[in-house]
Amino acid sequence: MIGQSPLRTVIAHAVLILGILIVAFPIYYTFVASTQTLQTILRPPLPLLPGDQFWTNYSEALFGGVGRIGGVSVGRLLLNTTVMALGIAVGKIFISILSAYAIVFFRFPLRMVFFWLIFITLMLPVEVRILPTYKVMVDLGMIDTYAGLIIPLIASATATLLFRQFFMTIPGELVEAARVDGAGPWRFFFDILLPLSRTNIAALFVILFIYGWTQYLWPLLVTNSNDMNTIVIALRKMVSFADADTQWHLVMVTAMLAILPPILIVVLMQRWFVRGLVDSEK
Amino acid sequence: MDDFLNSEGITLSPRVVFPNKTLPYLLVAPQLAITLIFFYWPTGQALYQSMLREDPFGLKSKFVGLANFRKVLADPAYLNSIKVTLVFSLATAIVAMGMALLLAVMAEKVVRGKGLYRTLLIWPYAVAPAIAGMLWLFLFNPSIGSLAYALRGLGIAWDPLLNGNHAMILLVSAAAWKQISYNFLFFVAGLQAVPKTLIEAAAIDGAGETKRFWTIVFPLLAPTTFFLLVVNTVYALFDTFGIVHAVTGGGPGKTTETLVYKVYNDGFVNLILGDSAAQSVILMIIVISLTAIQFRYVERKVHYG
Repeated sequence: MIGQSPLRTVIAHAVLILGILIVAFPIYYTFVASTQTLQTILRPPLPLLPGDQFWTNYSEALFGGVGRIGGVSVGRLLLNTTVMALGIAVGKIFISILSAYAIVFFRFPLRMVFFWLIFITLMLPVEVRILPTYKVMVDLGMIDTYAGLIIPLIASATATLLFRQFFMTIPGELVEAARVDGAGPWRFFFDILLPLSRTNIAALFVILFIYGWTQYLWPLLVTNSNDMNTIVIALRKMVSFADADTQWHLVMVTAMLAILPPILIVVLMQRWFVRGLVDSEK
Repeated sequence: MDDFLNSEGITLSPRVVFPNKTLPYLLVAPQLAITLIFFYWPTGQALYQSMLREDPFGLKSKFVGLANFRKVLADPAYLNSIKVTLVFSLATAIVAMGMALLLAVMAEKVVRGKGLYRTLLIWPYAVAPAIAGMLWLFLFNPSIGSLAYALRGLGIAWDPLLNGNHAMILLVSAAAWKQISYNFLFFVAGLQAVPKTLIEAAAIDGAGETKRFWTIVFPLLAPTTFFLLVVNTVYALFDTFGIVHAVTGGGPGKTTETLVYKVYNDGFVNLILGDSAAQSVILMIIVISLTAIQFRYVERKVHYG
């Protein structure tokens, strides 16, 4: 171990604290703004400490409904976003684990064709095929539905590849033993594979939940009506820098409520999150 | 050919498998159906449409071959948007990676509070890019932003709503801010993989800390850095649509109109379908090249790592 002068340690701490200030400041300031009256926000500079409007602002936004977005309450927006994020996380894990199971533990004609068909979708993010995908949604009547928000985003190759990679490390003896004991494919899947995959599922869940929660382009396209918006899209609609009647205090409350759930998931499930992030990029 | 290769490229003995004939098809069916309907069908449409041109009323369309591509690639607005995207992606990647590397190196040095620092540094990952953009715009908005107020106090005529350079600085700050946590985690992992014996040997030979970093640690981090460069470029190309849409809308003028924003704008706002489709296809080619580069890197890591 190399010794280190105390001065360098102090510098390291100072740089880290400065980094945290930069990282945390925009979020802290949003919180401060969300506890002020509209009048205080409109006259910069804003105080550095929270004001006394916490309950007034938060209850107004959560239960009152916000004018600019058609009177929809923030509660409704949170519900939509939660449904979308959970739907994407659960749906993606569900279809990926099944197809990875088929590709690793069965031999059947066209197996590799299917694998490549799934694999190539890595290269086709939604952003490069916006318009035609939108047309498919219109043709199928999926505009302004939860299915429309969720289903097109759940078929991607990353989760399938991750499960496939993990399944390949499971020793053949385990499968053999299960078969000798008379376990069929479903029994093997539920009693052995699923419990073994718990960590991978947890890690993927965190990553996918955040992916679903932070989507922008897709919900912008497939939701027209105000009460189907996700909270991120609604927030965009609430903000107008050009005109004076943006309800900034409510905007700030909405912004806080929009970033709090995914931040909580990242911080509380940090271990899975870090693991999922590093693994899914391998 | 069968793939008895695992991720490390080691050949495994043939797998023990289940003998069922129809079950595997049922298992892949959900993912395959969704992939065909929402990926391959629209992608085919994009390819087909990129070679059609519609009349101004949208009633008839005729096959024009590669003419849309020639038109798009000769269009000064498109060339401008390529330039904007390059500047934006490079600046975002450099700022986000530089900050993250500095913080990761410092985090390696401290003993106390390591976990706390990490927790406090990773949360912007969970903030949607569009919201990150709006938070920064709130801070730097010329009429009510507190930091814009501070800049004016310093005598800087700050106005991202009118000045293109200011708008670009604001976008890069928001985009890079959001990406620091991701890069930080990967740099920390990369730094932990650097053999301590090498660093100690250099220290014994009398190399100072700065010299040790640039001659040993930094070169050994090259695979991580390169990987992050690709990931950050893809992030800046695609995931930042929300930032551009929410903060500047491509303006002022067209100074912040990125490629993805232009596809959206031409397709949904201006309704020039052929051009938008041709731009989509060009974007696909860019993503495919970047993914190919990334896989080459993965291959290298397997051979030398």
